[in-house]
Amino acid sequence: MSAEIREAVRTFILNHILRRPNYKLGDDDSLIKGGLMDSFSLVEVQLFIEETYGFRPDDVDMTVEKMDTVRMIADYVAARC
Amino acid sequence: MSQHAARFVLLHTRSAYQSLLERAAQHYRERPEATAVVFVPVGNAPHRLISYREFFDNAARYAETLRGIGIGRHDLAILVMDHSEALLYAFWGALMLGAMPSIFPFLSDKLDPTIYFERVRLLISHSGAKVVIASAQYAESLAALNTGVPIVSESALQPSEGAPQFNFEVRGEDIAFLQHSSGTTGLQKGVALSHGAVLNQIASYSEAIRLREDDCIVSWLPLYHDMGLIAAFVLPLVQGIPLVLISPHHWVRDPKVMLHAISQYRGTLCWLPNFAYNFLAQRVRDNALEGVSLASMRAFINCSEPMRADSHRQFAARYAPYGVKPEMLATCYAMAENTFAVTQGGIDSLPNIDLISREALSTQHIARPAVEGELAIEMLSCGTPIPNCEIQIVDEARQPLPERHVGEVAVRSDSMLSGYYRRPDLTEQAMFNGWYLTGDYGYIANGELYITGRKKDLIIVGGKNIYPQDLEAIANEVKGVKAGRTVAFGVEDERLGTESIVMVCEAETDDEDERFEIARQVRMRVAQETDVTLGDVYIVDAKWLLKTSSGKIARGANREKYLRERNAQT
Repeated sequence: MSAEIREAVRTFILNHILRRPNYKLGDDDSLIKGGLMDSFSLVEVQLFIEETYGFRPDDVDMTVEKMDTVRMIADYVAARC
Repeated sequence: MSQHAARFVLLHTRSAYQSLLERAAQHYRERPEATAVVFVPVGNAPHRLISYREFFDNAARYAETLRGIGIGRHDLAILVMDHSEALLYAFWGALMLGAMPSIFPFLSDKLDPTIYFERVRLLISHSGAKVVIASAQYAESLAALNTGVPIVSESALQPSEGAPQFNFEVRGEDIAFLQHSSGTTGLQKGVALSHGAVLNQIASYSEAIRLREDDCIVSWLPLYHDMGLIAAFVLPLVQGIPLVLISPHHWVRDPKVMLHAISQYRGTLCWLPNFAYNFLAQRVRDNALEGVSLASMRAFINCSEPMRADSHRQFAARYAPYGVKPEMLATCYAMAENTFAVTQGGIDSLPNIDLISREALSTQHIARPAVEGELAIEMLSCGTPIPNCEIQIVDEARQPLPERHVGEVAVRSDSMLSGYYRRPDLTEQAMFNGWYLTGDYGYIANGELYITGRKKDLIIVGGKNIYPQDLEAIANEVKGVKAGRTVAFGVEDERLGTESIVMVCEAETDDEDERFEIARQVRMRVAQETDVTLGDVYIVDAKWLLKTSSGKIARGANREKYLRERNAQT
């Protein structure tokens, strides 16, 4: 389950945020602190989770501390699905 | 807007007030219970309605504490704080003494704290600051810098005793505050603004936007930037207009909060950088807008980065069901060096859109109206100069150009900077016969200003000024990058409604994995040192970069080359 979610999150980020489908994005690559995406993009991640997994992450969870890697985002989703 | 005839708010005679403090003291005395600021906290905590009495009583605690450690008129106070009520009070507390506050750009999630505090140390040492006012969580890191400058934070404040004291010895020509933009280059240029200049700007700008007694400003803008500091902090406090203030970090995470605040407090005025129109149009869902009405608004004013008519259209279409009308969309051209606004458009009528010939612009530098069938560029008017402000377009020899000729925009007004703080050399470079040379290219048509580009090497992303040389210096330090062989520039990102920053770096290796790692390092270091997220890092072979005849890396030419190669790849 977690692996599937990780792939879905990665695909979303590569296609819709980075718009670089071939970028080698690792599970633990820092997205915001690593300078790959800015914190504005977390709103898109939040909408993606809402549409794909049917629940809306709490606004206070949409932070760098909680959502800075593919794994962190996927684990967050997995814990609530 | 209310049905009854509300009075326009003007500083009737500019000479009636010597300083911002006289106006502040007047509000404290005459309408202490009126709401000065509604502070919207992060999360679900209740909003804080702060009256003039409470506001200046709290500010006075900072003033008294600073006075107690020997800070006084003309002393520079650097505010290293997060977005908080304390920041508002610290700023006005320093002002009340006649000291000069300067708000340091906020520490973000991305920035490396070590590098951030090192920047603070450098600013303290080259600016001769006499005190640092800090948010409690930064006090320890700041103390560890050992600058010898006292650090004041909230826990050290004295309880307030008696009525606040406003320093009425402060004169119009005294510096009120400094504005710095971020980055190593920006921090060298503290824009020093006098009380007189700020009062003149407020008087002129209030007239330009037809400020009314029943206006209400809603803002999420950071206060270290001119748009937030002047339009959405100093102006409302001085004019006695309520301000609803949201944290910029909060808004980024939850953009609907601004729309709910407008609805709840019947907001009438809101300043936004262009990208915010796209962001709000694309990223807020209908189910987050239940019961929201934006019909109270008079103007959403687009300012601080290149404005796009398409962003206005997206925003107006998205929020039409919530009461937004095209006539609410206004435009403004502003800069810290003029305190804030230079021109204002779209208040009495829709901002003009000028369709000009792409070919005439690029080959002749003339903004000729496009003829049918010709490739046209859509230019959104910045409006006309605010009162007591003049603009002209000048050529390379600084001679005025006729209408529709593109040249550098020059500004002259009674609200200009006193100078770059302690940098007379930079002040002299920027001025010519009393005119400030903006570094922006533009043209005038029918008295209205249109901005076409920039002369200076500056990238503006989301309203934030970024100097490419700062980014290049960082990339040059990354292992595997050929030293001195990097370039940064902005490219338009239509979807986001702002610029995206590209870095091209020549690599010492052609190994793909090593190149990938170089790009990763460049992105990370740039993010941690400047808070900038690069749109693309393009790693190229040696000798890819083009140089000018004088041997400098040519940003414009390399940008064209990059765009050609990238377009060919997709």
